Amino acid sequence: MYVAVKGGERAIDNAHAFLAEERRGDPAVPDLSVAQIREQMALAVNRVMTEGSLYDPDLAALAIKQARGDLIEAIFLIRAYRTTLPRLGYSTPVDTGKMATTRRISATYKDLPGGQILGPTFDYTHRLIDFALAAEGDAPPAPQASPLGDVPRVTGFLDREGLIEEEPASDATPGDLTREPMELPADRALRLQALTRGDEGFILSLAYSSQRGFGRTHPFVGELRIGEVAVEMDISELGVAIEIGEITVTECETVNQFTGSKTQPPQFTRGYGLVFGQTERKAISMSLVDRALRWKELGEDDTGAPVQDQEFVLMHADNIQATGFLEHIKLPHYVDFQSELELVRRLRAGMTEAAE
Amino acid sequence: MSDYNFAYLDEQTKRMIRRAILKGVAVPGYQVPFASREMPMPYGWGTGGVQVTAACLTPDDRLKVIDQGADDTTNAVSIRKFFQRTAAVAVTEHTGAATLIQTRHRIPERPLIAGQILVYQVPIPEPLRFLEPRETETRRMHALEDYGLMHVKLYEDIARNGAIATSYAYPVKVEGRYVMDPSPIPKFDNPKLSGTPALQLFGAGREQRIYAIPPFTKVVSLDFEDYPFEATKAPHPCDLCGDEGSYLDEVITDDRGGRMFVCSDTDHCASRQAEGHGGRLSTQGDAA
Repeated sequence: MYVAVKGGERAIDNAHAFLAEERRGDPAVPDLSVAQIREQMALAVNRVMTEGSLYDPDLAALAIKQARGDLIEAIFLIRAYRTTLPRLGYSTPVDTGKMATTRRISATYKDLPGGQILGPTFDYTHRLIDFALAAEGDAPPAPQASPLGDVPRVTGFLDREGLIEEEPASDATPGDLTREPMELPADRALRLQALTRGDEGFILSLAYSSQRGFGRTHPFVGELRIGEVAVEMDISELGVAIEIGEITVTECETVNQFTGSKTQPPQFTRGYGLVFGQTERKAISMSLVDRALRWKELGEDDTGAPVQDQEFVLMHADNIQATGFLEHIKLPHYVDFQSELELVRRLRAGMTEAAE
Repeated sequence: MSDYNFAYLDEQTKRMIRRAILKGVAVPGYQVPFASREMPMPYGWGTGGVQVTAACLTPDDRLKVIDQGADDTTNAVSIRKFFQRTAAVAVTEHTGAATLIQTRHRIPERPLIAGQILVYQVPIPEPLRFLEPRETETRRMHALEDYGLMHVKLYEDIARNGAIATSYAYPVKVEGRYVMDPSPIPKFDNPKLSGTPALQLFGAGREQRIYAIPPFTKVVSLDFEDYPFEATKAPHPCDLCGDEGSYLDEVITDDRGGRMFVCSDTDHCASRQAEGHGGRLSTQGDAA
């Protein structure tokens, strides 16, 4: 006999209680503190801040804890929190030229003013499981040096020779896709916003596809720099910009080959990536995708590659939109399925009749 | 939840959404872009409908939330609870008592009345999307009223299957102008879209679109003269309330092919049973 699916409310409450218990895991194992996540899972925190579009390491760490380590779920928590925050004002653009760099590398010059600074990188580690980490114990202290400020840009060197396309400064207010619905075609500032917020895996794969020939752009990492930048805000009552805090960002500028067109002599072109925290893979991927999306303004051919297709890239980069729509097929669809069931039965009956 | 504004969204955001709604009402069936916000439930769970509801709710409203026609499905419970917490509005399961109804996949059986608002949750607002994946293209097609592709699709259905093979989210034309996706309601519900005294609002959060059917608007399901539109349902009466005319869920009762049919609209079914109607499996035993 049919028992109506009553009790949805109790089922939800019980499921939430079960989830809370599973999140905590074995109570005999000490609880993770938010500070531990912030300090020791910093790269996860950075990703959550970048794709969540909110710079708050403590909140990101808490979201990771609440999400049981599911970073997309953590990003979702941050986004849903961020959207409720009032917009008090806008900072002036951060000046990454004045960054206090802890890491700065260039793949285009062996040495250059400001030097190559490896900083905290996995790049030259051997990927061998370090079983010593399983035991207690602190890492020996690393040698100290002061971060460098005011490091000149690689693209600046090329710029002086006219070897790279000019990037004219603009005081135009960039669009904000969290406040206005995105319209296509989107300008570069808006595309960059979407790419910064976009899913790291998706952006990575698109960038990779361009390296493998689907929309090739011949990129070099002109410069990758990581460090702290000051965030300043114009206070109209005071008439000056004051520093309201510092954030760590990763900036990537790629230098790409360009053979020139009828109107432009051969020169290098640019791709750009900027993300919160140390998030190198994302910053580099973003630069490649940014450059690939610029094919039209640079007079290149549309080869039909996915990475060149603005609508394809921008409409599918957001993992919160993607995961929501994907996972919603877990919700009940019995009404629609019932109507499909009747249609299939009707069509089958029609065929049987026709055959008889 | 005193930390949040009434109905969760801040007033500026609600004003932005109300403007989109007003534009939608002014141009029936036209998809108005709006700056959809991230909500505390996932995209695909009804964020568009929730934002429209949040923008329309007043403290005096009486809210009903249904999913698959039912008040007690988990997602309906969750959304209703959300507004109880954030707006402290009165809630009801009775279609007739509600001032605002948020729905997923159904239109209530009981005819709506003037003053009521029906808010639909919409996954893909673009009726042409599966014929043309590009938004830039489909917006142009709407602007030019270029709907030939849709008619070709319906024609090809008939050529292949002898019938139009769309059973839900069946496209409609609103007041002779815009072709519109009525959200994934079964085509059984399509006739109820037309000429209703209630205001119908559609919210698609992920796709950032709002559209509307104002009261007493003519809504026509697309068809051909020789293959007229037909609203279909399972050819059975409800096994609990005996209704011959309501949309039914098919429920598998055992692993030997046993099944029963019950009203998808739980309020409709319960009200009829309370009035003394019964069906084949009714416990009251007075089969109507």
